[in-house]
Amino acid sequence: MLKDILKILENDAHASEKQIATMVGVSAAEVTNVIKQAEKDRIILKYKTVVNWDKADGDEQVWALIEVKVKPEPEAGFDAIASRVARYEQVRSLYLASGTYDLLLVVVDKSEHKVADFVSQNLAHIDGVQATVTHFVLKRYKDDGELLDGGEGVKRQQVVL
Amino acid sequence: MTAKKSPLDKFISKRANNVSPSGIRKFFDLLQDMENVISLGVGEPDYATPWHISEAAVKSLEKGYTMYTSNSGILELRNLTSQYLKDKYGISYKPEGEILITVGVSEALDLAMRAILNPGDEVIMTDPHYVAYDASVILAEGKPVMVRTSAKNNFAVEAKDIEAKITAKTKAILIGFPSNPTGAVMTRQKLLDLAAVAKKHNLMVISDEIYARLTYEGEHTCFASLPGVKNNTILLGGFSKAYAMTGWRVGYAVAPPEIIAAMTKIHQYTIMCAPTPAQVAAIEALKTGEPDVVEMVEDYNRRRKVIVKGFNDIGLPCFEPKGAFYAFPSITPTGMTSERFSEALLKEEKVAVVPGSAFGKCGEGFIRCCYATSLADIEEALNRMERFVKKHKK
Repeated sequence: MLKDILKILENDAHASEKQIATMVGVSAAEVTNVIKQAEKDRIILKYKTVVNWDKADGDEQVWALIEVKVKPEPEAGFDAIASRVARYEQVRSLYLASGTYDLLLVVVDKSEHKVADFVSQNLAHIDGVQATVTHFVLKRYKDDGELLDGGEGVKRQQVVL
Repeated sequence: MTAKKSPLDKFISKRANNVSPSGIRKFFDLLQDMENVISLGVGEPDYATPWHISEAAVKSLEKGYTMYTSNSGILELRNLTSQYLKDKYGISYKPEGEILITVGVSEALDLAMRAILNPGDEVIMTDPHYVAYDASVILAEGKPVMVRTSAKNNFAVEAKDIEAKITAKTKAILIGFPSNPTGAVMTRQKLLDLAAVAKKHNLMVISDEIYARLTYEGEHTCFASLPGVKNNTILLGGFSKAYAMTGWRVGYAVAPPEIIAAMTKIHQYTIMCAPTPAQVAAIEALKTGEPDVVEMVEDYNRRRKVIVKGFNDIGLPCFEPKGAFYAFPSITPTGMTSERFSEALLKEEKVAVVPGSAFGKCGEGFIRCCYATSLADIEEALNRMERFVKKHKK
């Protein structure tokens, strides 16, 4: 049941407990309990909205992908450095990756200047960080599984027998 | 229902005049100038075809794969269809001679009727039924014979009711389960009873199983998989509903070689072959589309539960449809005819549904509502309909 509920919520955080109860075939009270437990277990982390900020006036956003080569610490490996990097709020996502670098950061900030500051004044000074490569995002096409543009879709016939 | 008299009327054949125009033309006209309509009036998935399936067709076009295929369809597609039917239902049909790839089930249905019917032959079918059923029989100069079904039996059909309609002229029985418009399914036992009647009277059963994959409880029973029915069965299937491929127009007919040979003759002189890119897409669908089907069916099932509960809650009694993507609630609490209900609902609340009467006399008092639309739209449609029902309740 948990899996069914998560599938519904992952796609639509708006779904009400009553709706979910109908879809899964249990009582609304049971759904509430399962969701509460999942929140407690940090299976459900947060309910968010996928926003296309480019279409909203005002707040400019700059996105950057930053590759970081690090020297793992003898005891804690990559985790200690990663947890330090993760503390910065402009770091939206952080992954340990295989390949030519170790950490991959998705950084979102107000300007290129601010991203540059973050790299030179914060990131570069963390012990164990050996090299960084910053890629500024020129255009976002798809985020969290959603196409940012061209969302009008194709029109269906409204009545078909 | 011919419109105005015209000097061109004399050119229109009796055959064409014998089928009535679709019962929903009025709604098309009304819908033309309306905005913010929520439509539960469709008959297709709200998904686009999974991209990897579309991409297979795109790639084939880039390679210049734009010629005719064999009349029967690309051999690989027939091989895969044969394998699919074996894996799914344990039935064995040869890719060569027993499978014909068609332009959707619509064409397959037309071919089946034209291949087996002589003028005056009777075909027994349920009332209500999909609109092309009686039309395809009439166009083949046969005579459709109706067996009443009702919400009391969840719109399943009883073999004895079919047997009661058999005459010396009966040639075939046409069934379509899961059903458009009702969402009804048939249990294996009911199908076995029906098979016994068909064999006893040596009738052909044409089984339209386009909605087979959209079965929400238990497994779909393929009519052709019942013991000893092979020589009495024409099985029709396709890709439109399960793989969200309605616009591609590709389906198949599966039957004993004599039948397929007759159908292929008509097919080759009228259609040549199903569109090549669509056949390529269908190949990809059968090879790798299974996870997509499973995911979409799960999603339809969730919405099915919401809409059925919703109708019952707002006072439109709705039996539980166990297949397809239609709910078929009764609108009798309003005292209106289906057509009046549907028209008034569209005008007053901008929700489009299809009057049950468009599918036969026994559909009167019901409306067909497709739940292959977003959950948000289903909720909003239910809100609007609740207001409407309250206002018009007798």
